[in-house]
Amino acid sequence: MHETDMTKALILTVRDWLAEQPGHPAIEKVHLTVGEFTCVEPASLQFAFDAQTQGTFLDGAELVIEETPLIAFCHRCQQEYRPEVGLQYACVSCQSPMDDIRSGRELRIGRVEFSQKAPSQETPRKTPSQETSYAPNI
Amino acid sequence: MHQTFDAALEMNLLHANQHGAEENRDRLNKWGITCLNLMSSPGSGKTQLLEQTLQLLQSELRMAVIEGDMTTQLDADRLRQHEVPVIAINTGRACHLDSKMVAGGLHQFAHEQTPQDFDLMFVENVGNLVCPAEFEVGEHAKVALLSITEGEDKPLKYPIMFREADCLLITKTDLAPYLDVDIENIISNVRQLNSKVVVIPVSAKTGEGLESWCDWVKQFVSNQSGAAKNLVTAS
Repeated sequence: MHETDMTKALILTVRDWLAEQPGHPAIEKVHLTVGEFTCVEPASLQFAFDAQTQGTFLDGAELVIEETPLIAFCHRCQQEYRPEVGLQYACVSCQSPMDDIRSGRELRIGRVEFSQKAPSQETPRKTPSQETSYAPNI
Repeated sequence: MHQTFDAALEMNLLHANQHGAEENRDRLNKWGITCLNLMSSPGSGKTQLLEQTLQLLQSELRMAVIEGDMTTQLDADRLRQHEVPVIAINTGRACHLDSKMVAGGLHQFAHEQTPQDFDLMFVENVGNLVCPAEFEVGEHAKVALLSITEGEDKPLKYPIMFREADCLLITKTDLAPYLDVDIENIISNVRQLNSKVVVIPVSAKTGEGLESWCDWVKQFVSNQSGAAKNLVTAS
């Protein structure tokens, strides 16, 4: 279950970012890009995210996963092609090895969406550094 | 009024692990140690290969091992019989070593030994064909093992490991007469994914191919330490 570790990494990255922001923004969505040619299963990641963010500053935030397809470029044919994961990786036209991957290796936190309360309405709230319910061990 | 804002992070999800891996590599470079990360599914023969390798190279290279195992010390105990320092890391439920665990192993190694006296560090990863491929630990090269009993299609089914490997050992070749496996098919499946990987069929039982493997290791260590010296001179 390396998705658990990946989720921890995700939470820590967002927490570090949040700690540098003025005010107390509330994270609403986290956008993640997951390539087809990685060892990550988006459904497991979604499950891990929902479970591991409970009771933390990300509780209730939505994880939006964009999946990117595996696309390779064949230098001999000078064209892109779509390898079939599990079956065929060499160029479909000339059988050259899959040397150049153009898409599908992404594991990237793209952007976050957050809301900022107006200062007058602000209610006291724990800052991320004071969170005690999430104790990462990575 | 509820207003939503956007901020671009554009960060690799494995950024923290990657950063730790680079720190480990810097540390190893300063000590003049080359590090090889051995990865395969459980039971493909990593420990047996290491036992033979430690034996064959003991007069030429000063070696140590970081041994990743989910719960036991069994493999570490086997390797300790060859009189090399073995740092055992129990990963618990984690299915791979990450750079932080290996950093802990290097710390212990530095505490117990004089690291500058060593040339080569093997990291024996947890047996798993999926996860270790995504988690760099600070190695200079990745060595994948695939035993012929696992079947010809494994490189196609577990592509990342074979794509990332610098050297692939096809192990247990002594069993070939008993199996309907064509080693050439394994190699051509790997080549679809990785045109540069060095493929060496070996049998730790009969010794077949071990000389080629040891030659590859010695050559790699020698190139690596040459590169590290140049780096030091240049800076």
